[in-house]
Amino acid sequence: MTDEERHDGDGSTRLTVSYGINGKVSAREIDPSESLLDDLRARGFTGAHAGCEHGVCGACTVLVDGEPVRSCIVLSVQVQGAAVETVEGLGTVDRPSDLQQAFSQCRGLQCGFCTPGFLMLATALLRRDPTPDHEAIREAVSSNLCRCTGYHSIVEAIGRVSGTPRSSHDRG
Amino acid sequence: MKAASFAYHRAESKEEAVSLLSEHGDDAKVLAGGQSLIPMMNLRLARPSRLIDIGHCPELAQLERVGGTLACGATVRHVRFERADAPELAACRALSDAARLIGHAPIRSRGTIGGSLAHGDSSSEWCLMMLVLDAVIQAESGRGVRRIPAHDFFQGFFTTALAEDELLSAIELPLTTVGSALAEHSRRRGDFAIVAAATRLVADQRLRVTTARIAMGGVASQPIRMPSAEDVLHGVDLTDRRSTMEAVSEAAHMCAASIQVSDDIHASSQYRRRLASTLVRQALSRSAQDWRTAGD
Repeated sequence: MTDEERHDGDGSTRLTVSYGINGKVSAREIDPSESLLDDLRARGFTGAHAGCEHGVCGACTVLVDGEPVRSCIVLSVQVQGAAVETVEGLGTVDRPSDLQQAFSQCRGLQCGFCTPGFLMLATALLRRDPTPDHEAIREAVSSNLCRCTGYHSIVEAIGRVSGTPRSSHDRG
Repeated sequence: MKAASFAYHRAESKEEAVSLLSEHGDDAKVLAGGQSLIPMMNLRLARPSRLIDIGHCPELAQLERVGGTLACGATVRHVRFERADAPELAACRALSDAARLIGHAPIRSRGTIGGSLAHGDSSSEWCLMMLVLDAVIQAESGRGVRRIPAHDFFQGFFTTALAEDELLSAIELPLTTVGSALAEHSRRRGDFAIVAAATRLVADQRLRVTTARIAMGGVASQPIRMPSAEDVLHGVDLTDRRSTMEAVSEAAHMCAASIQVSDDIHASSQYRRRLASTLVRQALSRSAQDWRTAGD
């Protein structure tokens, strides 16, 4: 912390943090206590949702240097210089990504609050392993909470993109 | 909730981190991956007035062979062990297996081994593995480097041997973890274990046990070793499955009988004892099997 540092009239120290968001560098002056989640939302990337805000629900999941993280328990100052990816980088309303289309087709969402987190989680999974087996998909999505779908349709949506065969027991 | 405000210091090197701790140790917390500290701050269970961020010090994130040990920097992330993505980790499968049990992928991508040890949760996978591997924890301060054996490091409920001005900078591990295993039980995937057991058997060329280690989590205020149960395994011939299983059963029984547990919202004391016995048996069986496979 050197020339980035600035003291406010009230004595608190603000500093400028810059990092890449979906391929574009973004700089903003923040209070060091800001979570990456709050900072991203303040920068206009509101796809990351504030759910539990203590690292349990996963609605705020984004990628940092390609790895999924819970942005509510990462401080913005920690990702200085990193590459952050959010759901806004996956696709658009007119041109959704394969994964987004699969979530829609398989009814992998209902209220949609948790969906950006699941999409980023699945994006990270499929980048590392384009053909995960059924168990690997279930293991990955166990990280995040969804209170609408019951998860089967989310697992199915990810499996549709990866070509993973459905498991008979999973349809219960 | 959001964390309360704090003064922030980003250390660019280990020396800077040590110097910042010398100056501010009495009111500062060290921030590594933050996967335990930040949730506690968001819940206002922790309210440090200063954070010293060691996440940008390259030398603290290194893994290297130093003589007969693996020197592991404090900020090596769980995910690196999980993927064994360094040649130094090739003979440390038990570390990969243990890392895989920590939380979920988004926790493992940020959380660090040093952070877990300094936090000192009683059911932490790393704390248990360090106990059975006889790891040495390096604590660095303006006064020099103190090498603390893992069995002296965990001192009570979230309490370690680290002094206020000491930085947990590195961990010395054996180059191979053959004969080590971790078994745990949680109700949901990724939760903290209700009970966890780590074991390590070291055997000579004839596969006779020369050293045995058993550590348990979730059964005391800190991770603990079970020395009397360890003694049962000394000298056991691992090629003799029957006598091995008898010793394993006796050790598991002793662990379950000797722990002081009470009922809480997660489990009754009886359930914890049953888990202790089952998990010690599972981990020891895998430790023994590991040697038989290595000997083939």
